[in-house]
Amino acid sequence: MAHDHDHDHDHDHGSELSETQLRVRALETVLAEKGYIDPAALDAIIEAYETKIGPHVGARIIAKAWLDPEFKKALLADATKAIGTLGHISRVGDHLVAIENTPKTHNMVVCTLCSCYPWEMLGLPPVWYKAAPYRSRAVKDPRGVLSDFGVALPKDMEIRVWDSTAETRFIVVPMRPAGTEGWNEDQLTEIVTRDSMIGTGLPEAKRPA
Amino acid sequence: MNGVHDMGGMDGFGKVEVEKNEPPFHEPWEGRVLAMNRAMGATGIWNIDMSRHSRELLKPTTYLAATYYQKWFLGLRNMLLERGYIDADELEKGHALRPGKPLKRGPFGMKDVERVLNRAKFGRPTNTQPKFKTGDKVRCKNINPATHTRLPRYVRGHVGVVELNHGTHVFPDTVSIDGTENPQWLYTVVFTSQELWGADADPTIKISIDAFEPYLDPA
Repeated sequence: MAHDHDHDHDHDHGSELSETQLRVRALETVLAEKGYIDPAALDAIIEAYETKIGPHVGARIIAKAWLDPEFKKALLADATKAIGTLGHISRVGDHLVAIENTPKTHNMVVCTLCSCYPWEMLGLPPVWYKAAPYRSRAVKDPRGVLSDFGVALPKDMEIRVWDSTAETRFIVVPMRPAGTEGWNEDQLTEIVTRDSMIGTGLPEAKRPA
Repeated sequence: MNGVHDMGGMDGFGKVEVEKNEPPFHEPWEGRVLAMNRAMGATGIWNIDMSRHSRELLKPTTYLAATYYQKWFLGLRNMLLERGYIDADELEKGHALRPGKPLKRGPFGMKDVERVLNRAKFGRPTNTQPKFKTGDKVRCKNINPATHTRLPRYVRGHVGVVELNHGTHVFPDTVSIDGTENPQWLYTVVFTSQELWGADADPTIKISIDAFEPYLDPA
């Protein structure tokens, strides 16, 4: 991994983190010596999250839905099943629910109780998704939260917040932006951002170079 | 439990801070913690709700001050200590001092990696009939168990409408205590913002939770 102790993010808590690092290492050594885990298998899990599973997976599903009305219909009816029919494009868990943004309704997903997130579609949740400001405010002041993301929606647009309190997982199908007529699946995939599938962002028609 | 993890509707935490181009992990140890959690969970010695509850049980001051993966580390360590899979003196030394205990599904190795990258299944067919149908008005019960529950405080006592029926699922409130799956009907229930936050709330906002049938009364 490319991140070292001097990563900007950690300047304030350098010593605290290095203590955590030692404690984590001690725990892993104990677990390995007791024969509970193979550290190489941990490497493989980490590698999958660093290289294979990420928002590009969900973005391709959204691009397909924008291009193929039949697939979109199936996705909205049963996302787990619809994605399953695509073959080995990605792993998909049970009870994935795709929710569609329309000119009338904008959807936004949160987990107020912990960090439930469609990992298999979007990868690991970003820090802000798991942190108190988002978890506390998304259900009470979603417009305020959206403004933290630089998103301003029309005052009369309905905002629907989905609190992921069970093992159902939600992915937002954003509206396809104007100016993307004639784009192919790869081009559309490029503009579907992680935040647009959580509902804290909107895709923009910036033609990929 | 009425813990500080139940954050919906709290004020004072400030702006959402978005990091541009955030990496999957900020420090290598974060990845180790994530992977150890996945691996030990996959050995079958506890379930996902027990593991959530272990983080809810952290002191509120710790919960709020710790980073996400620090909470995951503390929860994992506590579960391993409480269940006797490791001992405090071993953590102190940084080495095993006693042999390991048997694990329900055996040690975690390369053959198990694919399994943990796929989400577990929580749907459990039952021969029961759902008490509610789409469009029904329901009131969330006022329950305050000291144990794990997935009914957030901000909806308790409030009336919403059943929008989706997701079938019958493992019930977190019992499976987190002793592993009893006790499958229950699960619904998406939607509330108006005024119902939850009062007459002054923005009327264009609606909020839903996924609620297990035992959380709900007809309204």
